[in-house]
Amino acid sequence: MIAAERLAEVFVELADTLIDDFDLIEFLQMLATHTSDLFDARAAGLLLADHRGRLQVMAASDERSEMLELFQVQAHEGPCQDCFTHGKAVVNADLTQANDRWPNFAPRAVTAGYRSVHAFPLRLRNQTYGALNLFGTDTGQMDPTDTKIVQALADIATIGMLQQRAIQRGDDLTEQLQGALNTRIVIEQAKGMIAQTHGISPDQAFNLLRAYCRKNSLPLTDVANRVITQPASLGDLLNPG
Amino acid sequence: MKDSASPFDRVWALIAAEPVSSTDKPDLVGWMQRLCRAASTALPATGVGITVMSGDGDPATVAASDPHSATVEDLQFILGEGPCIDAYNTGRPVLAPDLAVAVRVRWPGYGLAAQEHGVQAAFAFPLQIGAARLGALDVYRDQPGSLSPETIIEALTFADAAMTGLLDAQQRSNENDLAPGLDEALDNRFELYQAQGMVAIQLGTGLHEAMIRIRAYAYAHNRALSDVADDIIARNIVFETDS
Repeated sequence: MIAAERLAEVFVELADTLIDDFDLIEFLQMLATHTSDLFDARAAGLLLADHRGRLQVMAASDERSEMLELFQVQAHEGPCQDCFTHGKAVVNADLTQANDRWPNFAPRAVTAGYRSVHAFPLRLRNQTYGALNLFGTDTGQMDPTDTKIVQALADIATIGMLQQRAIQRGDDLTEQLQGALNTRIVIEQAKGMIAQTHGISPDQAFNLLRAYCRKNSLPLTDVANRVITQPASLGDLLNPG
Repeated sequence: MKDSASPFDRVWALIAAEPVSSTDKPDLVGWMQRLCRAASTALPATGVGITVMSGDGDPATVAASDPHSATVEDLQFILGEGPCIDAYNTGRPVLAPDLAVAVRVRWPGYGLAAQEHGVQAAFAFPLQIGAARLGALDVYRDQPGSLSPETIIEALTFADAAMTGLLDAQQRSNENDLAPGLDEALDNRFELYQAQGMVAIQLGTGLHEAMIRIRAYAYAHNRALSDVADDIIARNIVFETDS
């Protein structure tokens, strides 16, 4: 069970983000990190469906390529895909016993060191928009109360997306989702540009990018856009030295 | 990973089946004109237009389903405002189901002019892969009203097709050579976008050019885009400016 005080802080911080100048990617990133911390999950990620109904990674507490791959492979098969298809949570799935259920996903997750996985729907009424995904390194069962709390966090993510829709002069959610999906691609392109400029891996490039954002209290989206629009400033902007 | 009747394949087949008109321009513009006509019929819409921006943000190429829609498409560039320009600048779809409202809150000049041309609703879908932005596909209707979710998906798929056509235009000799299923660049594989960023720096070009070169390499060597992307990230493939 997690501490009520800590949980209250997280909810307040998320609510605070919602009324600030809202950046969906930043919000989902914060949610993934908090979810991972709160529940001792080794990794948490948020996936949203694109217009083709395919799940795409939007934010993760762990951005290593290996981990992103593990989220992304679930666009085809895995707990997130099941959760998205049925609109129901998949909890306490034992990865060592899941080869029949997910022949492609389960062995990869086990090789990466995970033993349990959960997926919670991002859902409002009858519509499912994506999934909140948690990985653990042991097969211990998630406390039923914690299960409810994670679903509450997933609901906050959904409300966050719809809230933004409401505050922006009635624009369709499509506009927000498509914009966020594309922004996620911009972040990957920025990783590549930084990696090439400094002769490092895209994973190391992301660490530089994130460190720079934290140091300067800037959203990832803004800095990624700056990397791309002003590549000449790449050296100064993100100096690995 | 694509099933045989994916929305993309279906849209691609609709464009291929669209008859060639005597007024179609040659090459890519003619293909985009057929795309616009196919989209206009399929969605359905009163008209469909595509604008491709040049690097400095000015519109470079315009295709439309019909001459009237081409005129409407031009309006936003004469007036300097409109859904296509907003979609291009913001990187997200811009949906204006009622121009009578939009004229007050969004585009006073464009809203009025488009209504005078019989357009009551306008919807713009960006042609883009991340920061590589090429333009937008515009959907016009002579009645106000939102697009259904299914129609939005269809329009986004036509935008995917337009993007694919634009990326492939520089390397194909015959537009009919373009096989369906070449939309892997639009499949959200993050390695490909990372590789795209790396190649843009290697070549000192834009992200758009980088994606064209990666795809050209994959075709020339008969390899999957994802494999080529992995090799770029591993530094097994390095692009040079004069290669």
